[in-house]
Amino acid sequence: MDKIDKQILNKIQTDFPVAERPYKVIAEEFGLTEEAVISCVKKLKESGIIRRLGATFDSRRLGYTSTLVSAKVPVEKISDVTALINKYPGVTHNYLRENNYNIWFTLIAPSKEAIERILKTISDKTGIEEIRSLPAVNFFKVKVNFEME
Amino acid sequence: MIELTEKEKSLIRIIQDDMPITERPYKAIADSLGTTEEEVIAKINEFREKGYIRRFGATLRHREAGIMANGMGIWIVSKEDVQRVGKIMASFKEVTHCYERPTFSDWPYNVYTMIHGKTREDCEAVAKRISEAAGIKDYKMLYSTKEFKKTSMKYFEDGEEG
Repeated sequence: MDKIDKQILNKIQTDFPVAERPYKVIAEEFGLTEEAVISCVKKLKESGIIRRLGATFDSRRLGYTSTLVSAKVPVEKISDVTALINKYPGVTHNYLRENNYNIWFTLIAPSKEAIERILKTISDKTGIEEIRSLPAVNFFKVKVNFEME
Repeated sequence: MIELTEKEKSLIRIIQDDMPITERPYKAIADSLGTTEEEVIAKINEFREKGYIRRFGATLRHREAGIMANGMGIWIVSKEDVQRVGKIMASFKEVTHCYERPTFSDWPYNVYTMIHGKTREDCEAVAKRISEAAGIKDYKMLYSTKEFKKTSMKYFEDGEEG
């Protein structure tokens, strides 16, 4: 990435213009042409640096509930258990981490009851009993962006 | 539960996905919804003002962007000290998320920080700085050794109840 790529990326991570011609707004800010900005963003998308261009919603504001779940899964069961977990559209992140509680995933659902139901189903289908919901009780920070230096 | 019209939900279903990279993306969205560009722009701005949209723009793939390591810092903080510590931890730019979560008899960790860096050593160094700044010594860093899934939430889709 060159300096202009990084400038554009920093701008559009937090503040993609909501105007008729958003790329023209960016172009004017950086002294570029609209065409150059469009081709830069296309390039960043095609190379995979940009995963998605759109809105990130606040799940709570939309009336949804979210939680972080930790589970203790024996090594030989990991691939089956994660395959089942990943099928839920409300599971947005799922990682293997170095701990007794080795599977950590985030779950968003329309209600607290739906979350409990999903976790019970996962537990029933896999026999994993040590599965815990850790919903945030205090929010100190939620990701904004990654400044490219 | 907030009240959203079917029309608003249709717009949410489109903009939570990938917008076209074209001169007039909001016109393209409006055309697909059978509405006007002006209305799409006004509605997105309304969603931002109301806080429904937390962020509007590009989401990166960390690995491709050179952010290779992600460590989850878990900290033991006394209940009375949580607000003070949470604010200090949140002030670090390498910390993308900072929450207080419940504890269990065998799990005393109550504050969670997601720390991103180029390498694991970077994350370690940040955690050490946080520990010193906040005065919290009881912590662990849980690194992800495998990513099974990473996607964006799709709201108001069928079958979301699971």
